Order: sequence, then C-alpha cells, then structure tokens
Amino acid sequence: MKTYITIQYYGDYGDRETAKESSGNLPSNRDWPLWEVFIRSKMGLDHKHVGSLHAADAQMAIENARDVYTRRQEGISIWVVESKNIHASNPDDSASFYDPADDKVYRHPTFYELPDELKAM
Amino acid sequence: MEKQGTIQLESVFQDRIDQDIRIEPRDWMPEKYRQTLIRQISQHAHSEIVGMLPEGNWITRAPSLRRKATLIAKVQDEAGHGLYLYSAAETLGISRAEMIDQLHSGKAKYSSIFNYPTLSWADIGAIGWLVDGAAIMNQVPLCRTSYGPYARAMVRICKEESFHQRQGFEILLTLSRGNKAQKAMCQDAINRWWWPSVMMFGPSDDASPHTAQSMAWKIKRFTNDELRQKFVDICADQVKILGMLLPDPDLKWNEARGHFDFGPINWEEFWQVIAGNGPCNKERIAARVKAHEEGAWVREAASAYAEKQQTKQTAAVA
Repeated sequence: MKTYITIQYYGDYGDRETAKESSGNLPSNRDWPLWEVFIRSKMGLDHKHVGSLHAADAQMAIENARDVYTRRQEGISIWVVESKNIHASNPDDSASFYDPADDKVYRHPTFYELPDELKAM
Repeated sequence: MEKQGTIQLESVFQDRIDQDIRIEPRDWMPEKYRQTLIRQISQHAHSEIVGMLPEGNWITRAPSLRRKATLIAKVQDEAGHGLYLYSAAETLGISRAEMIDQLHSGKAKYSSIFNYPTLSWADIGAIGWLVDGAAIMNQVPLCRTSYGPYARAMVRICKEESFHQRQGFEILLTLSRGNKAQKAMCQDAINRWWWPSVMMFGPSDDASPHTAQSMAWKIKRFTNDELRQKFVDICADQVKILGMLLPDPDLKWNEARGHFDFGPINWEEFWQVIAGNGPCNKERIAARVKAHEEGAWVREAASAYAEKQQTKQTAAVA
C-alpha cells in the first residue's frame, strides 16, 4: 500500500528547512520557527493561504501577519499554523493519486445529452 | 541510467514552463534553475531591505506630517516586500539566516541604486518617481514568472508599489510649482537619480550572459534593454509635466524606431558601484549589520519567552 501523504512536506513552505533542522548541522535553527499564514478577507469567504513568516510563538506570528499581510485592510481574521505541522500530498504521485477521477466524465452535468427544448435544467 | 532520468525530468520541466504552468516548491527543477532563482529572489529581497535606508534618512526631516506619515508607510512597505521575497526564496531551500549572512558578508548583492546618498528632500520624490518607477517596470512582468511563490510575492508587491511611485511624483510636482530654490532642488534630484535609475535594469543584453537561459525558463520575461527602453520612453514624457529636463543631451524621439534614443550609459560607474565602490556601499552594509547585531537580544528574548510559555502550558496540561 502506497502512502500518498508525507509529513513536513507542505507544498509551499518549510519542507527543506525542516528536513535540514532535523539533520541538525545547519544554521537555519538560528531562525524563529516558520509559520504559514491564512487570511479571511471578508465575512463569508474562506481563509486563504497568503504566505509565511518567522515568529517565536503563535501570538507573535499573528501580530506579524497583521503587519506584513494586512496593512491595507486585506483581512478580518488570521490563522497561523507552524509550517512543520502541515501535511501535504506529494506532487510526484499526482498521476496515480488523482487517477480515480480521470475516467468519470459522468460526474459532470454536460455529460448528459438532453433535448434543447427542455428548459430550466 | 540516472543521467537519462534527469534528461527526461528536464524535458518534462521545460514542457511545463513552455505551457505557462507554474513550478511549485516541491516540483522537480534543474539545480541551476533553483540556484538562479535563489540568487535573483534573495538579491531582490536584500534590495527592499537596504532600500529602506536612504529613505529612512528623511523620515525625521519630512516637510509636513502628511509627508512623514506617507514616508513611514512606504518604508514599512519595503520591509514587507523584503519579507515576502525572503519567504519565497526560503521555499527553494535556503534559510533566512543564510541569506542575511550573505548580505552582511557581501557575498550577496543588492540593487546598486541604494548605494547613492539622499542629499535633499527632493531625492525622496526622485526615488519614488524614478527608482520605484524602474522597479515597477521590472516587477510587473515578474508577476508572470515561472516560479509560483515568486510570482505571488510579485503580485502583492506590485499592488503596493503603485502608491510609492505616485507619492514620489507628487513630491516632485509640488517642488516644480514652488519657488526658484525648490525648482532647482527638484531638477538637481532628477539630475542625480536619472542615470543610476537607467542602470537599474542591469547590464546591456550583450553583456548579460544569463539572459537567454532565464528567458527560456521564464524567470525573466523581458531583456534588460527592452525594459530600459520602455522606462526611458515613459519618463521622457512624464518629465514634461514637471517642466524639468532629464540630464541627457542625446535624448530625442526617433520616429523610425518609435522610441526615444538616449545617450551612452556609464557602465564603468555601474560596475564600480556593484564592486562595492559606490558612495554609500560601506555605510549601507554597516547599518544593516549594526541593526542585526543590536537586535540580537530581542530575538533571543522572544525565543526565551516562547519557550517559557510553552513549558508553563505543558505543565498546566500535565
């Protein structure tokens, strides 16, 4: 059974840095931990990933995120997650991982051929 | 066998680039693509950070509260831009600490323009109009650069830069409508910042050996000379609104080319500044190193505090 999820390999950020830290011989541990920042721009919308930053703790990460990513009222809510806690799918497995959906065109409404005179559907 | 595998990966990679599909951090990429991007993005980040220094010089002496508030906001934006770019570079496997070390040791470069001094208030206007104008010219095409995190950082930066350029032009416009001394100050700033701004686009295409590869990888979308010409064309028109002159006797419209012709660039000066012999190179790096060293206790205190809170929390749970 193949595992499609790898830990500490979040798509955008932090993967190599975390890997290096665990091997322990690089100066990267001089940096504060890396955090991913997600912002809700207005009520009714999802939080969206906007970038990352370094901070000593969660509180500082939120305050820095406010200063770095919402200087022009871009947000009303901020989430921060330490990058090492993000698990991500592996792009190398994309072909097989998403394969099950490739041959199921019947999941789309356009697959069904119906007469033009049929209205409101 | 392994070599053949790499060749195949390279062709898949180039194929994606050709189709304008973005490359993301965990995708396979040629080592040279990675290194080129690290160099380019970190240089760009360093430029934003060092670029705060010449402008910071005038925060305490801005002529009004409105100008002061604007300048503080602009300098804060530059810090933000540096952070977006450092984060983008970090996705390629270099740590923030390494990049800072490279800046401080002189191993990494930053835009040569920031090694010129800001001698008068008009310089703040000229920087906004010309330096930020040149930066925008460079940066807008980078919103479509092939590396996803870099492109996303550039989108954010470009949105914010437009106020920088407008506030600069407004400063010059105000001076250009002022008294004789103010007009002279405006012209003097333009005289000093024009050529260094024209040089910001980097060496001419025939002296820029990496351009072809960077274009093929869509790290760069236009050559240095293409962007420089565009910049000259735009500024040659804009300067008329100020009623000022660009300090180039050879500047004139060429109907056949559909562009302005301009005089020769002093490349000797450009290379001297890059090599560390500009008017302010030493001062700029010294200021960065000092800020970094004097901030060490803050970084340590924050880490110690975070650790203490964590211990407390763990104890409370137990």
